Amino acid sequence: MSRFTWFNATSLTFGFAFLYLPMVILIVYSFNESRLVTVWAGFSTRWYGELFRNEQFLDAAWVTLRVAFFSATFATVLGTMAAYVLVRGGRFFGRTLFSGMIYAPLVMPEVITGLSLLLLFISINLDRGIVTIILAHTTFCMAYVAVVVSSRLVSFDRSVEEAALDLGATPFDAFRSVTLPIIMPAVVSGWLLGFTLSLDDLVIASFTAGPAATTLPIQIFSSVRLGVSPEINALSTILIGIVALGVVTASLISKRNLVRQARDARRAIQAGAEEGREARAT
Amino acid sequence: MDFRRFSLIALPYAWLLLLFLVPFGIVLKISLSDYALSIPPYTPTLDLTGGWPAIRDFLSQLDFENYVFLTEDDLYWKAYLSSVRIAAIATFITLLIGYPIAYAMAKAPREWQPTLLMLVILPFWTSFLIRVYAWIGILSSEGYLNQTLGFLGLEPVTVLNTNIAVYIGIVYTYLPFMVLPIYSTLEKMDYDLIEAAQDLGCTPTEAFWRVTLPLSRPGMIAGCFLVFIPAVGEFVIPSLLGGSQTLMIGKVLWEEFFNNRDWPVASAVAVVLLLILVIPIVLFQKNQEKQQE
Repeated sequence: MSRFTWFNATSLTFGFAFLYLPMVILIVYSFNESRLVTVWAGFSTRWYGELFRNEQFLDAAWVTLRVAFFSATFATVLGTMAAYVLVRGGRFFGRTLFSGMIYAPLVMPEVITGLSLLLLFISINLDRGIVTIILAHTTFCMAYVAVVVSSRLVSFDRSVEEAALDLGATPFDAFRSVTLPIIMPAVVSGWLLGFTLSLDDLVIASFTAGPAATTLPIQIFSSVRLGVSPEINALSTILIGIVALGVVTASLISKRNLVRQARDARRAIQAGAEEGREARAT
Repeated sequence: MDFRRFSLIALPYAWLLLLFLVPFGIVLKISLSDYALSIPPYTPTLDLTGGWPAIRDFLSQLDFENYVFLTEDDLYWKAYLSSVRIAAIATFITLLIGYPIAYAMAKAPREWQPTLLMLVILPFWTSFLIRVYAWIGILSSEGYLNQTLGFLGLEPVTVLNTNIAVYIGIVYTYLPFMVLPIYSTLEKMDYDLIEAAQDLGCTPTEAFWRVTLPLSRPGMIAGCFLVFIPAVGEFVIPSLLGGSQTLMIGKVLWEEFFNNRDWPVASAVAVVLLLILVIPIVLFQKNQEKQQE
């Protein structure tokens, strides 16, 4: 490994300062007493109290959480199926179209996805509300799930699956008891990715939500258009806190799993070696 | 073909056909229709009960009028041009800032790297809207930036509601998309090559320009596409940080649809935007396939 120079240290410092300073300022000023967001007037948790008394925000948050939960769940099921079909499904009629339709939503501008889904819902006379947002979010989240899961399916050793099939498992059993446990980490991170994407989406939700349902990003956007407000700062701080907690926990868990896997592998090798010695001794 | 395999393929397939491809056909159809003061606000509407004559009559009423309109009113082509220009400049700035970060991450001690990686990914999981919002407080006329400048005895600057704020917003929110692919190519690089170059008489700087930089090109290309493609259709950043003179096509489409309620023109704007983006999208997929080989 070559030297870690001053230049590298400087670019890391400035890079991370640029990434994190705006969020740190936001968090610090969420504890500001003053209604004027940019003028510091002493420490206070007043705006958190105001936030939890704000019915509009609470309602929107509840809608958003339900939408994100159902969209992420449906997207995980459909996306995992799609990934399995793409990687293991072999040839079938219209495969190229299928893979194109899976990857296209990843790069499609949100305004186009939102517009096209809204026009669909209107032409089939579906009332806009929570259901239409869930349908829209499932569609764009399943692309992300499919990408995450298929990269895991590509990288794992197929002979394990084949061994199960040779030993008499049906394809479904083989999938449930061999493939699924192996791809599970990817399925879980696909769900989490879908959940955060749905939680975060403003543009597609604005097109597909009717007057009956308002999500948190729509609510934030309409209030942010009028300028900064201390309540939004408090809300942002809570959301940043939840994400930070989730990401740090996930990375700690994956680190622990890596350590455990390495330990299991070592034990298996040791056990194998001992068996070998015993076999030779007898 | 057994039933299980069929249903495994059919369910996601049908879902995508119904909620991805068909909506697209509808956008295309409405972009060929005319604006009307009715519900829904376009004409003609297809009435399948009329049989073939009705369908033929319907098809004969479609035309390219909205597309002609897009070329006649210079607002639209100016908006397309300015979106592409803003996205391209912002992508270039992101590359300039992102490359040194990715390079330093790859050069950092091994045991730091998972933490550094997590620190780059964390903002990506944090709400996009909130990260854009954070800049309003910094850049506004009485914001933290001007307070700091005033404290240092300098003149205040106007940044919010200008194109500069849009550039800052795009660079800030898309930076992880640039850093991650560059880091992953640099991290996989064989550092013996650098040593070989230095043994053969290259200075470290020369070795960087002649070995490291060319080898990290796939990551740079991937990063640039990942920033450029979504930035062209960006709506949130120009509407929150940009000003009245900031022209971006995502914002034009939104206003055409929600404010003017002209669905046929909004649909035509969407179709043309997609045609513009098809080229970079295809190039991006080629680049990804080449990397996987």
